[in-house]
Amino acid sequence: MWTWFYKLASPPYVYGVAAALMPWFLGFAAIAIGYGLIGGLVFAPPDYQQGDAFRIIYVHVPSAWMSEFVYTTMAVAGAIALIWRIKVGFAVAGASAPIGASFTLLALVTGSMWGKPMWGTYWAWDPRLTSELILLFLYVGVMSLRSAFEDPARGDRAAALLAIVGAVNIPIIHYSVVWWNSLHQAATVAKLGKPSIEGSMLWPLLSMFVGFMLFHGAVLCLRLQGEVLNRERQSAWVREAINS
Amino acid sequence: MSVGAWEAFFLVILREMRLSFRRPEQLLQPLVFFLIVTTLFPLGLNLQLSLLRDMAPGVLWVAALLSSLLSLDSLFKGDADDGTLEQLTLSGQSLTVIVAAKTVAHWLVTGIALVVVSPVVGTALGIPTSAFATMMLSLALGTLTLSWLGAIGAGLTIGVRRGNVLLSLIVLPLAMPLLIFGAGATDRAMSGTSVAGALYFLAALCVFTCTLAPFAATAALRITVE
Repeated sequence: MWTWFYKLASPPYVYGVAAALMPWFLGFAAIAIGYGLIGGLVFAPPDYQQGDAFRIIYVHVPSAWMSEFVYTTMAVAGAIALIWRIKVGFAVAGASAPIGASFTLLALVTGSMWGKPMWGTYWAWDPRLTSELILLFLYVGVMSLRSAFEDPARGDRAAALLAIVGAVNIPIIHYSVVWWNSLHQAATVAKLGKPSIEGSMLWPLLSMFVGFMLFHGAVLCLRLQGEVLNRERQSAWVREAINS
Repeated sequence: MSVGAWEAFFLVILREMRLSFRRPEQLLQPLVFFLIVTTLFPLGLNLQLSLLRDMAPGVLWVAALLSSLLSLDSLFKGDADDGTLEQLTLSGQSLTVIVAAKTVAHWLVTGIALVVVSPVVGTALGIPTSAFATMMLSLALGTLTLSWLGAIGAGLTIGVRRGNVLLSLIVLPLAMPLLIFGAGATDRAMSGTSVAGALYFLAALCVFTCTLAPFAATAALRITVE
Protein backbone atom coordinates (compact mmCIF):
# COMPACT_ATOMS: atom_id res chain seq x y z
CA MET A 1 0.00 0.00 0.00
CA TRP A 2 2.82 2.37 0.85
CA THR A 3 4.87 1.54 -2.24
CA TRP A 4 3.60 4.60 -4.11
CA PHE A 5 4.84 6.70 -1.22
CA TYR A 6 8.26 5.08 -1.23
CA LYS A 7 8.46 5.49 -4.98
CA LEU A 8 7.94 9.21 -4.55
CA ALA A 9 11.26 9.31 -2.71
CA SER A 10 13.12 8.18 -5.82
CA PRO A 11 14.28 11.07 -8.02
CA PRO A 12 14.06 9.25 -11.41
CA TYR A 13 10.49 8.18 -10.65
CA VAL A 14 9.50 11.69 -9.60
CA TYR A 15 11.18 13.11 -12.68
CA GLY A 16 9.16 10.75 -14.87
CA VAL A 17 5.88 11.48 -13.08
CA ALA A 18 6.45 15.22 -13.29
CA ALA A 19 7.27 15.01 -16.98
CA ALA A 20 4.16 12.91 -17.66
CA LEU A 21 1.79 15.08 -15.61
CA MET A 22 2.99 18.45 -16.85
CA PRO A 23 1.14 18.55 -20.22
CA TRP A 24 -2.11 17.38 -18.58
CA PHE A 25 -1.94 20.08 -15.93
CA LEU A 26 -1.14 22.66 -18.56
CA GLY A 27 -3.96 21.58 -20.88
CA PHE A 28 -6.66 21.56 -18.20
CA ALA A 29 -5.30 24.81 -16.78
CA ALA A 30 -5.71 26.43 -20.19
CA ILE A 31 -9.32 25.24 -20.38
CA ALA A 32 -10.21 26.36 -16.83
CA ILE A 33 -8.46 29.72 -17.08
CA GLY A 34 -9.88 30.27 -20.57
CA TYR A 35 -13.44 29.68 -19.34
CA GLY A 36 -12.82 31.79 -16.25
CA LEU A 37 -11.40 34.71 -18.21
CA ILE A 38 -14.13 34.76 -20.83
CA GLY A 39 -16.86 34.23 -18.25
CA GLY A 40 -15.41 36.79 -15.89
CA LEU A 41 -14.34 39.49 -18.30
CA VAL A 42 -17.10 39.22 -20.91
CA PHE A 43 -20.22 37.52 -19.61
CA ALA A 44 -20.31 38.44 -15.92
CA PRO A 45 -22.34 41.61 -15.31
CA PRO A 46 -20.52 44.66 -13.95
CA ASP A 47 -20.76 45.10 -10.20
CA TYR A 48 -23.48 47.54 -9.15
CA GLN A 49 -21.05 49.50 -6.98
CA GLN A 50 -17.65 48.94 -8.50
CA GLY A 51 -18.50 48.71 -12.16
CA ASP A 52 -15.96 46.90 -14.28
CA ALA A 53 -13.11 47.41 -11.83
CA PHE A 54 -14.27 44.43 -9.80
CA ARG A 55 -13.20 42.12 -12.64
CA ILE A 56 -9.64 42.18 -11.34
CA ILE A 57 -10.74 39.76 -8.63
CA TYR A 58 -10.62 37.02 -11.27
CA VAL A 59 -6.83 37.28 -11.11
CA HIS A 60 -6.40 38.80 -7.68
CA VAL A 61 -8.37 36.43 -5.46
CA PRO A 62 -7.02 33.18 -6.96
CA SER A 63 -3.44 34.42 -6.75
CA ALA A 64 -3.94 35.47 -3.13
CA TRP A 65 -5.29 32.00 -2.35
CA MET A 66 -2.41 30.39 -4.21
CA SER A 67 0.17 32.47 -2.36
CA GLU A 68 -0.95 30.86 0.91
CA PHE A 69 -1.45 27.41 -0.59
CA VAL A 70 2.04 27.36 -2.10
CA TYR A 71 3.60 28.45 1.18
CA THR A 72 1.87 25.54 2.89
CA THR A 73 3.09 23.17 0.18
CA MET A 74 6.61 24.47 0.64
CA ALA A 75 6.54 24.11 4.42
CA VAL A 76 4.97 20.62 4.30
CA ALA A 77 7.41 19.42 1.64
CA GLY A 78 10.28 20.82 3.70
CA ALA A 79 8.98 19.10 6.84
CA ILE A 80 8.63 15.78 5.03
CA ALA A 81 12.15 16.15 3.68
CA LEU A 82 13.61 17.03 7.09
CA ILE A 83 11.77 14.36 9.04
CA TRP A 84 12.02 11.38 6.69
CA ARG A 85 15.17 12.58 4.95
CA ILE A 86 13.50 12.43 1.55
CA LYS A 87 15.60 14.54 -0.76
CA VAL A 88 12.83 15.01 -3.29
CA GLY A 89 10.98 17.01 -0.66
CA PHE A 90 13.74 19.63 -0.77
CA ALA A 91 13.40 19.74 -4.55
CA VAL A 92 9.64 20.36 -4.22
CA ALA A 93 10.24 23.05 -1.59
CA GLY A 94 12.92 24.65 -3.73
CA ALA A 95 10.70 24.59 -6.79
CA SER A 96 7.73 26.00 -4.87
CA ALA A 97 9.35 29.09 -3.37
CA PRO A 98 9.69 31.22 -6.55
CA ILE A 99 6.21 30.18 -7.71
CA GLY A 100 4.68 31.20 -4.42
CA ALA A 101 6.59 34.47 -4.36
CA SER A 102 5.33 35.22 -7.88
CA PHE A 103 1.71 34.56 -6.89
CA THR A 104 2.17 36.79 -3.86
CA LEU A 105 3.61 39.57 -5.97
CA LEU A 106 0.78 39.16 -8.49
CA ALA A 107 -1.79 39.39 -5.70
CA LEU A 108 -0.14 42.54 -4.34
CA VAL A 109 0.14 44.24 -7.72
CA THR A 110 -3.43 43.42 -8.77
CA GLY A 111 -4.63 44.43 -5.32
CA SER A 112 -3.07 47.85 -5.58
CA MET A 113 -4.36 48.24 -9.15
CA TRP A 114 -7.83 47.57 -7.78
CA GLY A 115 -7.19 49.91 -4.87
CA LYS A 116 -6.49 52.93 -7.09
CA PRO A 117 -10.03 53.32 -8.47
CA MET A 118 -11.73 51.91 -5.34
CA TRP A 119 -9.83 53.48 -2.45
CA GLY A 120 -8.26 56.30 -4.45
CA THR A 121 -4.79 55.09 -3.56
CA TYR A 122 -2.49 52.32 -4.68
CA TRP A 123 -1.68 51.27 -1.18
CA ALA A 124 -3.70 51.23 2.00
CA TRP A 125 -2.54 49.58 5.21
CA ASP A 126 -5.38 47.15 5.00
CA PRO A 127 -4.81 43.99 7.09
CA ARG A 128 -4.98 41.66 4.10
CA LEU A 129 -2.61 43.72 2.00
CA THR A 130 -0.21 44.05 4.90
CA SER A 131 -0.14 40.37 5.75
CA GLU A 132 0.27 39.57 2.06
CA LEU A 133 3.28 41.88 2.00
CA ILE A 134 4.76 40.16 5.05
CA LEU A 135 4.16 36.83 3.33
CA LEU A 136 6.24 38.12 0.41
CA PHE A 137 9.02 39.01 2.87
CA LEU A 138 8.86 35.48 4.28
CA TYR A 139 9.21 34.02 0.78
CA VAL A 140 12.17 36.28 0.07
CA GLY A 141 13.78 35.22 3.35
CA VAL A 142 13.39 31.53 2.55
CA MET A 143 14.79 31.95 -0.97
CA SER A 144 17.71 34.10 0.22
CA LEU A 145 18.58 31.65 2.95
CA ARG A 146 18.57 28.73 0.53
CA SER A 147 20.95 30.44 -1.86
CA ALA A 148 23.21 31.85 0.86
CA PHE A 149 24.97 28.58 1.63
CA GLU A 150 27.84 27.25 -0.42
CA ASP A 151 26.75 23.72 0.40
CA PRO A 152 23.35 23.32 -1.29
CA ALA A 153 22.29 20.47 1.01
CA ARG A 154 22.74 22.74 4.02
CA GLY A 155 20.86 25.56 2.31
CA ASP A 156 17.97 23.18 1.59
CA ARG A 157 17.65 22.10 5.20
CA ALA A 158 18.02 25.60 6.60
CA ALA A 159 15.38 26.95 4.19
CA ALA A 160 13.02 24.09 5.07
CA LEU A 161 13.33 24.84 8.78
CA LEU A 162 12.73 28.54 8.17
CA ALA A 163 9.66 27.74 6.07
CA ILE A 164 8.25 25.68 8.95
CA VAL A 165 8.96 28.45 11.48
CA GLY A 166 7.27 30.89 9.11
CA ALA A 167 4.25 28.62 8.69
CA VAL A 168 3.79 28.51 12.47
CA ASN A 169 4.00 32.31 12.55
CA ILE A 170 1.70 33.16 9.65
CA PRO A 171 -1.57 32.94 11.65
CA ILE A 172 -0.03 34.98 14.48
CA ILE A 173 1.18 37.64 12.06
CA HIS A 174 -2.15 37.73 10.29
CA TYR A 175 -4.25 38.16 13.42
CA SER A 176 -1.91 40.70 14.96
CA VAL A 177 -2.11 42.75 11.77
CA VAL A 178 -5.92 42.60 11.95
CA TRP A 179 -5.79 43.68 15.58
CA TRP A 180 -3.35 46.49 14.80
CA ASN A 181 -5.60 47.68 12.01
CA SER A 182 -8.68 47.83 14.18
CA LEU A 183 -6.69 50.03 16.57
CA HIS A 184 -5.01 52.45 14.24
CA GLN A 185 -7.08 52.78 11.17
CA ALA A 186 -8.84 56.12 11.07
CA ALA A 187 -10.05 56.14 7.46
CA THR A 188 -12.50 53.37 6.84
CA VAL A 189 -11.69 51.14 3.95
CA ALA A 190 -14.68 50.33 1.83
CA LYS A 191 -15.37 46.70 2.51
CA LEU A 192 -16.52 44.64 -0.41
CA GLY A 193 -20.22 44.45 0.25
CA LYS A 194 -21.11 40.98 -0.95
CA PRO A 195 -24.01 39.41 0.89
CA SER A 196 -24.10 36.84 -1.86
CA ILE A 197 -22.15 36.81 -5.04
CA GLU A 198 -24.14 36.14 -8.14
CA GLY A 199 -23.71 32.84 -9.97
CA SER A 200 -22.54 34.33 -13.23
CA MET A 201 -19.80 36.08 -11.26
CA LEU A 202 -19.00 33.15 -8.97
CA TRP A 203 -18.55 30.31 -11.46
CA PRO A 204 -15.82 32.02 -13.47
CA LEU A 205 -14.05 32.82 -10.19
CA LEU A 206 -14.12 29.18 -9.09
CA SER A 207 -12.97 28.15 -12.53
CA MET A 208 -10.09 30.60 -12.31
CA PHE A 209 -9.15 29.14 -8.94
CA VAL A 210 -9.11 25.59 -10.33
CA GLY A 211 -7.19 26.89 -13.33
CA PHE A 212 -4.59 28.62 -11.16
CA MET A 213 -4.26 25.43 -9.14
CA LEU A 214 -3.64 23.39 -12.30
CA PHE A 215 -1.30 26.03 -13.67
CA HIS A 216 0.62 25.88 -10.41
CA GLY A 217 0.77 22.09 -10.84
CA ALA A 218 2.18 22.50 -14.34
CA VAL A 219 4.81 25.04 -13.32
CA LEU A 220 5.71 22.98 -10.26
CA CYS A 221 6.19 19.89 -12.46
CA LEU A 222 8.38 21.87 -14.83
CA ARG A 223 10.51 23.44 -12.11
CA LEU A 224 10.65 20.15 -10.23
CA GLN A 225 12.14 18.45 -13.28
CA GLY A 226 14.79 21.14 -13.43
CA GLU A 227 15.50 20.90 -9.69
CA VAL A 228 15.76 17.10 -9.78
CA LEU A 229 18.04 17.13 -12.84
CA ASN A 230 20.25 19.74 -11.25
CA ARG A 231 20.48 17.90 -7.95
CA GLU A 232 21.10 14.50 -9.53
CA ARG A 233 23.39 15.69 -12.30
CA GLN A 234 26.16 13.32 -11.21
CA SER A 235 24.04 10.18 -11.53
CA ALA A 236 23.78 7.85 -14.48
CA TRP A 237 20.01 8.05 -15.01
CA VAL A 238 20.19 11.77 -15.69
CA ARG A 239 22.64 11.19 -18.53
CA GLU A 240 20.28 8.58 -19.96
CA ALA A 241 17.24 10.82 -19.54
CA ILE A 242 18.93 13.71 -21.29
CA ASN A 243 20.39 11.66 -24.13
CA SER A 244 17.21 9.77 -24.84
CA MET B 1 31.91 14.56 36.28
CA SER B 2 28.32 14.73 35.33
CA VAL B 3 26.39 17.96 35.45
CA GLY B 4 22.62 18.19 35.61
CA ALA B 5 20.67 20.07 32.98
CA TRP B 6 19.79 22.96 35.29
CA GLU B 7 23.35 23.24 36.48
CA ALA B 8 24.57 23.31 32.89
CA PHE B 9 21.97 25.94 32.07
CA PHE B 10 23.19 28.25 34.83
CA LEU B 11 26.86 27.52 34.13
CA VAL B 12 26.43 28.57 30.49
CA ILE B 13 24.53 31.71 31.51
CA LEU B 14 27.30 32.55 33.96
CA ARG B 15 29.95 32.03 31.29
CA GLU B 16 28.11 34.18 28.78
CA MET B 17 27.62 36.97 31.30
CA ARG B 18 31.28 36.86 32.27
CA LEU B 19 32.33 37.04 28.63
CA SER B 20 30.03 40.00 27.96
CA PHE B 21 31.10 41.98 30.98
CA ARG B 22 34.74 41.54 30.08
CA ARG B 23 34.05 43.29 26.80
CA PRO B 24 31.92 46.21 27.96
CA GLU B 25 32.10 47.93 24.57
CA GLN B 26 30.02 45.10 23.11
CA LEU B 27 27.44 45.78 25.77
CA LEU B 28 27.38 49.49 25.16
CA GLN B 29 27.33 49.54 21.37
CA PRO B 30 23.73 48.31 20.94
CA LEU B 31 22.62 50.81 23.58
CA VAL B 32 24.37 53.69 21.84
CA PHE B 33 22.85 52.50 18.57
CA PHE B 34 19.43 52.57 20.26
CA LEU B 35 20.02 56.16 21.37
CA ILE B 36 21.33 57.26 17.97
CA VAL B 37 18.42 55.78 16.03
CA THR B 38 15.89 57.45 18.31
CA THR B 39 17.76 60.73 17.83
CA LEU B 40 17.51 60.36 14.06
CA PHE B 41 13.72 60.51 14.03
CA PRO B 42 13.24 63.97 15.57
CA LEU B 43 16.04 65.26 13.33
CA GLY B 44 14.52 63.74 10.22
CA LEU B 45 10.99 64.86 10.98
CA ASN B 46 9.74 68.33 11.59
CA LEU B 47 10.16 68.83 15.28
CA GLN B 48 6.77 69.28 16.79
CA LEU B 49 6.58 67.73 20.19
CA SER B 50 2.93 66.80 19.81
CA LEU B 51 3.64 65.00 16.53
CA LEU B 52 6.71 63.39 18.00
CA ARG B 53 4.72 62.17 20.97
CA ASP B 54 2.23 60.48 18.66
CA MET B 55 5.02 58.63 16.93
CA ALA B 56 7.08 57.94 20.05
CA PRO B 57 5.95 54.36 20.78
CA GLY B 58 6.61 53.27 17.20
CA VAL B 59 9.98 54.99 17.04
CA LEU B 60 11.03 53.55 20.37
CA TRP B 61 10.01 50.05 19.39
CA VAL B 62 11.56 50.09 15.93
CA ALA B 63 14.83 51.32 17.44
CA ALA B 64 14.68 48.65 20.14
CA LEU B 65 14.07 45.87 17.60
CA LEU B 66 16.93 47.00 15.36
CA SER B 67 19.34 47.42 18.24
CA SER B 68 18.47 44.03 19.68
CA LEU B 69 18.88 42.48 16.24
CA LEU B 70 22.31 44.05 15.88
CA SER B 71 23.65 42.11 18.83
CA LEU B 72 21.89 38.87 17.88
CA ASP B 73 24.28 38.38 15.00
CA SER B 74 27.04 37.52 17.46
CA LEU B 75 24.89 35.15 19.54
CA PHE B 76 26.55 32.00 18.22
CA LYS B 77 29.15 33.43 15.88
CA GLY B 78 32.07 33.79 18.30
CA ASP B 79 31.56 30.32 19.71
CA ALA B 80 31.15 28.83 16.26
CA ASP B 81 34.35 30.48 14.99
CA ASP B 82 36.63 29.32 17.79
CA GLY B 83 35.16 25.83 18.08
CA THR B 84 33.51 26.33 21.47
CA LEU B 85 30.12 25.53 19.97
CA GLU B 86 31.36 22.14 18.76
CA GLN B 87 32.76 21.39 22.21
CA LEU B 88 29.42 22.35 23.75
CA THR B 89 27.65 20.12 21.24
CA LEU B 90 29.88 17.22 22.23
CA SER B 91 29.65 17.93 25.95
CA GLY B 92 26.93 15.37 26.49
CA GLN B 93 24.51 18.05 27.61
CA SER B 94 21.36 18.60 25.61
CA LEU B 95 22.12 21.23 22.98
CA THR B 96 18.67 22.69 23.63
CA VAL B 97 19.64 23.52 27.21
CA ILE B 98 22.80 25.25 26.00
CA VAL B 99 20.97 27.18 23.30
CA ALA B 100 18.32 28.26 25.81
CA ALA B 101 20.99 29.40 28.27
CA LYS B 102 22.84 31.40 25.62
CA THR B 103 19.61 33.06 24.52
CA VAL B 104 18.52 33.94 28.03
CA ALA B 105 22.00 35.32 28.73
CA HIS B 106 21.74 37.43 25.58
CA TRP B 107 18.47 38.86 26.81
CA LEU B 108 19.82 39.49 30.31
CA VAL B 109 22.67 41.48 28.80
CA THR B 110 21.01 43.36 25.94
CA GLY B 111 17.26 43.25 26.57
CA ILE B 112 17.39 44.33 30.20
CA ALA B 113 19.82 47.09 29.29
CA LEU B 114 17.36 48.41 26.70
CA VAL B 115 14.58 48.31 29.28
CA VAL B 116 16.73 50.27 31.74
CA VAL B 117 17.67 52.92 29.19
CA SER B 118 14.18 53.24 27.71
CA PRO B 119 12.85 55.86 30.20
CA VAL B 120 15.61 58.22 29.08
CA VAL B 121 14.68 57.76 25.45
CA GLY B 122 11.01 57.89 26.34
CA THR B 123 11.43 61.23 28.07
CA ALA B 124 13.28 62.63 25.06
CA LEU B 125 10.46 61.51 22.78
CA GLY B 126 7.80 62.99 25.02
CA ILE B 127 6.31 59.81 26.47
CA PRO B 128 4.66 60.73 29.79
CA THR B 129 6.01 59.17 32.98
CA SER B 130 2.67 57.47 33.60
CA ALA B 131 3.28 55.23 30.58
CA PHE B 132 6.79 54.17 31.61
CA ALA B 133 5.73 51.06 33.52
CA THR B 134 3.81 49.68 30.54
CA MET B 135 6.57 50.68 28.16
CA MET B 136 9.24 48.91 30.20
CA LEU B 137 7.18 45.80 30.80
CA SER B 138 6.28 45.52 27.12
CA LEU B 139 9.91 46.05 26.13
CA ALA B 140 11.04 43.37 28.56
CA LEU B 141 8.58 40.84 27.15
CA GLY B 142 9.22 41.90 23.57
CA THR B 143 13.00 41.77 23.70
CA LEU B 144 12.92 38.30 25.27
CA THR B 145 10.63 37.10 22.47
CA LEU B 146 12.92 38.71 19.92
CA SER B 147 15.93 37.00 21.47
CA TRP B 148 14.22 33.65 20.95
CA LEU B 149 13.24 34.43 17.36
CA GLY B 150 16.72 35.77 16.78
CA ALA B 151 18.28 32.60 18.17
CA ILE B 152 16.55 30.67 15.38
CA GLY B 153 17.76 33.18 12.80
CA ALA B 154 21.27 33.33 14.21
CA GLY B 155 21.45 29.54 14.21
CA LEU B 156 20.33 29.41 10.59
CA THR B 157 22.81 32.03 9.37
CA ILE B 158 25.97 30.87 11.13
CA GLY B 159 27.78 29.54 8.09
CA VAL B 160 26.69 32.38 5.86
CA ARG B 161 28.99 35.17 4.78
CA ARG B 162 27.58 38.58 5.66
CA GLY B 163 24.90 36.76 7.59
CA ASN B 164 23.80 39.81 9.54
CA VAL B 165 21.80 41.26 6.64
CA LEU B 166 20.20 37.88 6.03
CA LEU B 167 19.47 37.58 9.75
CA SER B 168 17.49 40.83 9.67
CA LEU B 169 15.69 39.71 6.53
CA ILE B 170 14.62 36.49 8.23
CA VAL B 171 13.80 37.72 11.71
CA LEU B 172 12.13 41.08 11.10
CA PRO B 173 9.00 39.72 9.36
CA LEU B 174 8.55 37.28 12.24
CA ALA B 175 8.97 40.12 14.75
CA MET B 176 6.19 42.29 13.33
CA PRO B 177 3.57 41.09 15.87
CA LEU B 178 5.92 42.24 18.63
CA LEU B 179 6.07 45.71 17.14
CA ILE B 180 2.29 45.85 16.81
CA PHE B 181 1.52 44.79 20.37
CA GLY B 182 4.51 46.47 21.98
CA ALA B 183 3.98 49.86 20.40
CA GLY B 184 0.22 49.32 20.79
CA ALA B 185 0.53 48.78 24.54
CA THR B 186 2.70 51.87 24.98
CA ASP B 187 0.34 53.87 22.81
CA ARG B 188 -2.65 52.84 24.86
CA ALA B 189 -0.86 53.58 28.12
CA MET B 190 -0.18 57.10 26.82
CA SER B 191 -3.81 57.65 25.95
CA GLY B 192 -4.92 56.15 29.23
CA THR B 193 -6.91 53.21 27.85
CA SER B 194 -6.62 49.64 29.03
CA VAL B 195 -3.28 48.03 28.19
CA ALA B 196 -4.09 44.56 29.47
CA GLY B 197 -5.03 43.07 26.08
CA ALA B 198 -1.82 44.05 24.34
CA LEU B 199 0.33 43.01 27.29
CA TYR B 200 -1.40 39.62 27.50
CA PHE B 201 -0.72 39.12 23.81
CA LEU B 202 2.95 39.99 24.31
CA ALA B 203 3.16 37.63 27.24
CA ALA B 204 1.47 34.89 25.21
CA LEU B 205 3.93 35.38 22.35
CA CYS B 206 6.76 35.28 24.85
CA VAL B 207 5.61 32.01 26.40
CA PHE B 208 4.99 30.56 22.94
CA THR B 209 8.50 31.32 21.74
CA CYS B 210 10.05 30.26 25.06
CA THR B 211 8.53 26.81 24.65
CA LEU B 212 9.09 26.21 20.92
CA ALA B 213 12.01 28.38 19.83
CA PRO B 214 14.71 26.51 21.79
CA PHE B 215 13.93 23.38 19.78
CA ALA B 216 13.79 25.24 16.48
CA ALA B 217 17.09 26.99 17.26
CA THR B 218 18.68 23.66 18.19
CA ALA B 219 17.50 22.16 14.91
CA ALA B 220 18.93 25.18 13.09
CA LEU B 221 22.30 24.74 14.78
CA ARG B 222 22.36 21.05 13.94
CA ILE B 223 21.85 22.00 10.30
CA THR B 224 24.48 24.71 10.07
CA VAL B 225 27.19 23.53 12.50
CA GLU B 226 29.32 20.34 12.12
